[in-house]
Amino acid sequence: MITFIPRDKVSKNWIILAPILSIVFTIIFGLLIFTFLGYNPLETLYQIFVSPFSRIDRISDILVKACPLIIIGTGLMLCFKSNVWNIGAEGQFIMGALLAGFIALSFPNIETKFFLLITILAGFVGGALWAFIPAILKTKLNVNEILVSLMLVYVAMLFIDFIVRGPLRDPMSFGFPLSKPYPEGALINKIPFPGIGFLGQLHYGILFVFLLVPISWIFVNKTLGGFKIHVLGYAPQAAKFAGFKQNTITITVLLLSGGLAGVAGVIEVSANIGQLQPEVSFGYGFTAIIVAFLGRLSPVGILFAGIIIATVKLGADNAQMTMGIPKVVTGLFEGILLFFLLTGETLQKYKIKWSEGK
Amino acid sequence: MAKKELEILLKATKISKSFGDFVANQNIDISIAKGQIHALLGENGAGKSTLVKIFYGVLQPDSGLIEINNQKVSITSPNVARKNGIGMVFQHFSLFPALTVAENILIALDNKIKFNEVVNEITKLSKEWELFVDPLKLVSELSVGEKQRVEIIRCLMQNPSLLIMDEPTSVLTPQEIKNLFKILRRLASSGCSILYISHKLEEIIELADEVTILKSGKSIASINARKTTTNFLAETMVGKKITELQKTIKSKSKKIAFEVKNLDKLKDHEFGISLANINLQVNYGEILGVAGIAGNGQVELMEVLSGEITCEDNDQILLDKTSIGKTNINERRKLGIETIPEERTFHATVPNLTLSENTFLTYFFKYSNTKSWITNLLNNPQNSLEESTKIIKNNDVRCPEINPLASQLSGGNLQKFILGRSLANNPKVAIFSQPTWGVDIGAATSIRQKLLDLSQSGKAVILISQDLEEIFELSDKICVINEGVLSEIFDVRDIKATDVGLLMGGNNKKIQKMEPIK
Repeated sequence: MITFIPRDKVSKNWIILAPILSIVFTIIFGLLIFTFLGYNPLETLYQIFVSPFSRIDRISDILVKACPLIIIGTGLMLCFKSNVWNIGAEGQFIMGALLAGFIALSFPNIETKFFLLITILAGFVGGALWAFIPAILKTKLNVNEILVSLMLVYVAMLFIDFIVRGPLRDPMSFGFPLSKPYPEGALINKIPFPGIGFLGQLHYGILFVFLLVPISWIFVNKTLGGFKIHVLGYAPQAAKFAGFKQNTITITVLLLSGGLAGVAGVIEVSANIGQLQPEVSFGYGFTAIIVAFLGRLSPVGILFAGIIIATVKLGADNAQMTMGIPKVVTGLFEGILLFFLLTGETLQKYKIKWSEGK
Repeated sequence: MAKKELEILLKATKISKSFGDFVANQNIDISIAKGQIHALLGENGAGKSTLVKIFYGVLQPDSGLIEINNQKVSITSPNVARKNGIGMVFQHFSLFPALTVAENILIALDNKIKFNEVVNEITKLSKEWELFVDPLKLVSELSVGEKQRVEIIRCLMQNPSLLIMDEPTSVLTPQEIKNLFKILRRLASSGCSILYISHKLEEIIELADEVTILKSGKSIASINARKTTTNFLAETMVGKKITELQKTIKSKSKKIAFEVKNLDKLKDHEFGISLANINLQVNYGEILGVAGIAGNGQVELMEVLSGEITCEDNDQILLDKTSIGKTNINERRKLGIETIPEERTFHATVPNLTLSENTFLTYFFKYSNTKSWITNLLNNPQNSLEESTKIIKNNDVRCPEINPLASQLSGGNLQKFILGRSLANNPKVAIFSQPTWGVDIGAATSIRQKLLDLSQSGKAVILISQDLEEIFELSDKICVINEGVLSEIFDVRDIKATDVGLLMGGNNKKIQKMEPIK
């Protein structure tokens, strides 16, 4: 039998050493797998880890890819810290994008960028409403929020599919399931850098991340609300003793995380797509769960975790494009990386004891 | 110093064990003779549990030698311990409530036996040793005493030559304790040695042949238990004279402070206790002791009294004749009702938060300022630093650093902090559950003195405790809770400990002749 015994003290060296060792092990395993499958192992690793940093526009693409992950991950952090398991950020992302898209398409001639405030707000409301369903079911009827939030992802996927094929389909789209393009006022522009021009796809939406990370840090560490979330998640009995209302907190964190996922949806669509289509997310809502945990449920950690995951995702895309490596293989590699990162983190906190017996 | 003429069953020499920097056991010597009842005495944190866990193979010693029947053994797991004839009854029972007695015993056996044989064996053993339990009953339906019997039978199935009992009486009524002692004596006279862990001095003198005293991880004395006194044991154990409680005669007030009327509360989960028709009142300047064995509804009663769960009817709880049944815990705190639940960690405090954060936990509303929205918005545990420093200083809470995590404090020190935190709010009514449970003598005495001082300064105190001695020592009035029902309230001078014991066991017919106060 294997038992995990908490370490009395986590040594400073290990905090630095563990992630490095995790990467080393990932590289060793990656080399073995790629060699075994007949791909040039060094070339593959170069594509995954180095090529995303090889040009400045590629670095900016990392930020673009990390942007929705960090926004959603921050919202999920609030849920997970208070022991509320929102697995449905993907659905909330879609519903946020959809409600914002509906508003945007209702004003086809609007040009002022202030309109973005309205669409972003609409995205927040859309995502929050979608998260309100599991919230109300959990607090009123004690229905498990994991199941409800997850199932609603598929409802949301089918719903947006129906909308862009039906009510919001652009008559000029030659039968493609696409909405009309957004008006100018609902688009998030790329950032022009003087003398350089645009850096890849880097857009103004990234500013939201730079706003969100410090605000969420202050909320978690310096406000009563953040304190309540910590106490409720770690010691629910103590939360009762302090008179914190469990249901209110549960509903609040679900609304906030749903809302943030919705905002991520608006930014993604307004900056990178410019119209509604059946697929707007590409799994951001699910990947953000990993980002939240990899970032150890802390705002700054999530910022870095989002960047790491985005790098590997982009690197995997590069490897697919330049070397023809199938998606399943790069997916396997991503899995190995996560496995070792989480193992490293666990072994920092616990030591393993093997004991005989049952 | 074991008696030379007796045959030694288990001999341990120079046992040491540390956890990180903390030395739990340091060069402990102990030898247990065959058929001997050997008591292990020491304050909380003296290293008793660590030592017996080493004997039972749960922990491995860092160094030292264990011999059984003059053979060196290394007890690497409880399995090995059982093979060497060592059985153990833990303080917290390890039984599955949803399984029957026989099933519980069956899954714990190392060798495979058929279910029917187990049932027969249990019936046989329980007759032989007068450990009466029904093997087919669900464990959740058993009383605490019965559960303990199941644990003992489970050990006896293995034919042990040494039975280790960790604080077995802390959950029993006086009557059940008597019964247990009878069984233990019979076991000993049949040749089974017993290692009996306790911090209750009277028990040790009554039961044990020999007693080994541990203090700060060292064995400081092994003495003949029949030729010693409780005072001597206490002083050896604590290492200093015990201070007596200061009880002054107080002027009784007739003014009712806190009152509960016809309170019912259905249990909210399968193994909870329903409260039925609870009535109690406590005057200013008075301590009302609520005796009872743990698990008879104290937790549920506490939830309702504290306001963690509000009453259905506002008139069910009165403070100064004003109905407050529907107020929540923070509103009651503001009204001057302070409560302490029995669970010290995860309920009264959050272990991975600092003491100042734990002060913030119950007093966050003190630091908000309605005039300034920014202070209100940024109301965070930094604000309680000053207050918590004061609490630590005024209550002699010994901390390893300036503002430690709650988990860094010993049980006694943490309880002093929790009590201090409540007293800092200057309560009119204080309702404390098991305030000295698992606390060392020094801290317990200081906590009891604080309760007395509180009542002597005119406050009303309700003390829920399973420690009968404590109830009798402190209370002016006594009532008993049994299976969610509260007995009448008696004046402490009108009721004997044995009668309270009967009430604790749910037997109230024999004491009808006594007059409850009305």
